[in-house]
Amino acid sequence: MTEWAMAIDLDRCTGCEACVVACRGENNVAVSGPDAVERGRVTEWLRVERYLEGTFPEVRMRFKPVLCVHCDNAPCVKVCPVSATYETGDGLNAQIHPRCIGTRACAHACPYTVRSFNWRQPRWDGTLEQTINPDVAVRWKGIMEKCTFCIQRIRRVEDTAREEDRDVSDLEMQPACAQSCPTQAITFGDRSDPESKVAALFRSPRAQLPLEELGTGPRVAYLTEGEWSGSGEPAGSSD
Amino acid sequence: MEAESRPDPRIEEPLLRPILVTTWRFPAVVLALLAVIGVGLFFWSRQLRVGLWMAGMTQPTYWGFYITNYIFFIGISHAGTLISAILRLTGAEWRRPITRVAEVITVVALMMGSINILFDIGRPQLIYMPLLHPQFLSPLVWDVVAINLYLTGSIVYLYLPLIPDLALLRDRSPRFRWLYKPLALGWNGSETQHARLEKAISIMAVAIIPIAVSVHTVVSWTLAMTLVPMWHSPIFGPYFVVGAIFSGIAALIVAIGILRKVFHFEEFFTPLTFSNLSLLLITMSCLWAYFTFAEHLTAWYGHEHAEMAVLASRFSGDFAPYFWAMVTACFVIPMTILPFKKLRTVTGAVVASVAVLIGMWLERFVIVVGAASYPRSTQMWDRGTYHPQAVEIAILFAEIAAFVLAYVIFAKFFPLVSIWEVKETPEAP
Repeated sequence: MTEWAMAIDLDRCTGCEACVVACRGENNVAVSGPDAVERGRVTEWLRVERYLEGTFPEVRMRFKPVLCVHCDNAPCVKVCPVSATYETGDGLNAQIHPRCIGTRACAHACPYTVRSFNWRQPRWDGTLEQTINPDVAVRWKGIMEKCTFCIQRIRRVEDTAREEDRDVSDLEMQPACAQSCPTQAITFGDRSDPESKVAALFRSPRAQLPLEELGTGPRVAYLTEGEWSGSGEPAGSSD
Repeated sequence: MEAESRPDPRIEEPLLRPILVTTWRFPAVVLALLAVIGVGLFFWSRQLRVGLWMAGMTQPTYWGFYITNYIFFIGISHAGTLISAILRLTGAEWRRPITRVAEVITVVALMMGSINILFDIGRPQLIYMPLLHPQFLSPLVWDVVAINLYLTGSIVYLYLPLIPDLALLRDRSPRFRWLYKPLALGWNGSETQHARLEKAISIMAVAIIPIAVSVHTVVSWTLAMTLVPMWHSPIFGPYFVVGAIFSGIAALIVAIGILRKVFHFEEFFTPLTFSNLSLLLITMSCLWAYFTFAEHLTAWYGHEHAEMAVLASRFSGDFAPYFWAMVTACFVIPMTILPFKKLRTVTGAVVASVAVLIGMWLERFVIVVGAASYPRSTQMWDRGTYHPQAVEIAILFAEIAAFVLAYVIFAKFFPLVSIWEVKETPEAP
């Protein structure tokens, strides 16, 4: 069985946020606007967190792209009263938007805080409307949404493979974030295949799983030299 | 038994007066309450149009006033049924005049609590979905089951002891006989009927206790089952049940304090009643303080990163004003008034109880919003601070008004003191 997974090399990440923009474009995540930023109500599936190390003048900025880690044992799935969020069986945690009633229990259950709620109707003003990706449904106010590992791309590749009666190769597709990364920091693939690049990266001594101690079984690994795990004080001192 | 069928105007007259006599005060109070409810509904209609953007919730504080109110009102609902059931089973005679007041609080508070889900969820038009497609691993579905069971049980438990009084009204009331007659179920006060009723009430009193305990346990599990620091705690079940009974007793004291003045029930709600309830309130205050202390000490001793952030915000940070106000209102104020016989008067009990109600609301707020502000994802800590908005404040007041309104309407149709049970009170030796 396929198990989609992602490895992010933090030592390569420059914090350019191309992945964030690509994700918005691919998945029809509307721009939330400055008033949403001010009030902490941004809708986004992927964010780049910044961490400041050291004190002036010896400072260093670290970046960490944060998205749904598609847990093997997902806390969000358990708490949903209507099964609006579920595990697909091939490594994805997906969200059924029409079923979601907006309790936001999943958002609290998620220890990574990567679920976004539509506090109001998302809008694409003016010509932005023409950027909507026809492969992805637009969402509406009152429901949760989250990273899907670009499930629409995965399913299309799988359909093509089935028509041609062959196996899917994980080289055939990439999620928008991985595709757009100028330093190729993001690797996506099938972790169940021991030969795959992502499986090799998961085995790397540089690999760390976020909040691994919680037992959620993340399918996103962060690669970095040294001890920094990217979970220290935000913009704070040494960690 | 004989005393029951005999009319006793000394008891019946004052207790039936609120039903039989309507003054200008009744429509005035109803209109005033409807106005407050109307303001709440107006704001809610705007929230329905715009979305939860109108409210103050953020990422990571996805829950705010609505869930605070939900937990608070469901806590209040333990006033009734639980207290009245325990006192019935232990044969505490002084409970006779106050059981119905308590039971009505239960039913009304449960409704007021549950309705917050309608305000809180993103798509209230789909509120029935958990019934059609329940996902039984979800604590929210356990909530639905437990609350509906408790509401049903509480209505039955309110209704059963009401039957003899309904029969009295059927015979005595000049109005609404069409209502009282079917509800009285042909009660004629016979020996057999009486024995059956007593048996049914006893069964319900026993059955309702585990249900009541389960309700607030399950409500606490909505929080405790998540991995959120300071929510994910096994202490939450008993802690919430204790808090619920605590606030429930306070609500009962405030209610009988008000009814005593409004309906001149001084004869029934005696200083002894208030004194006894105050002693229960002290007990619960101590238990509550013990749980609060244990919860915070273990978290502080463990010194886990995210839990310490929550503690710091409570002791000296953003949530310190609410936290210390909560400690003062739930523990310091009742403990400076109620242990002393001189101060344990009707006024003293009501003052302490009002403090406890405010304190317990703050407790729910500090727990829900305070912990949610500091998730494991540390970058979220400064991201979205919860600021309650007009709609949430309007709805809170509308709920309180609706609570009082439901009470006023109940009092217009049914006696707030169980007439037949008071008549049966054994003579004091």
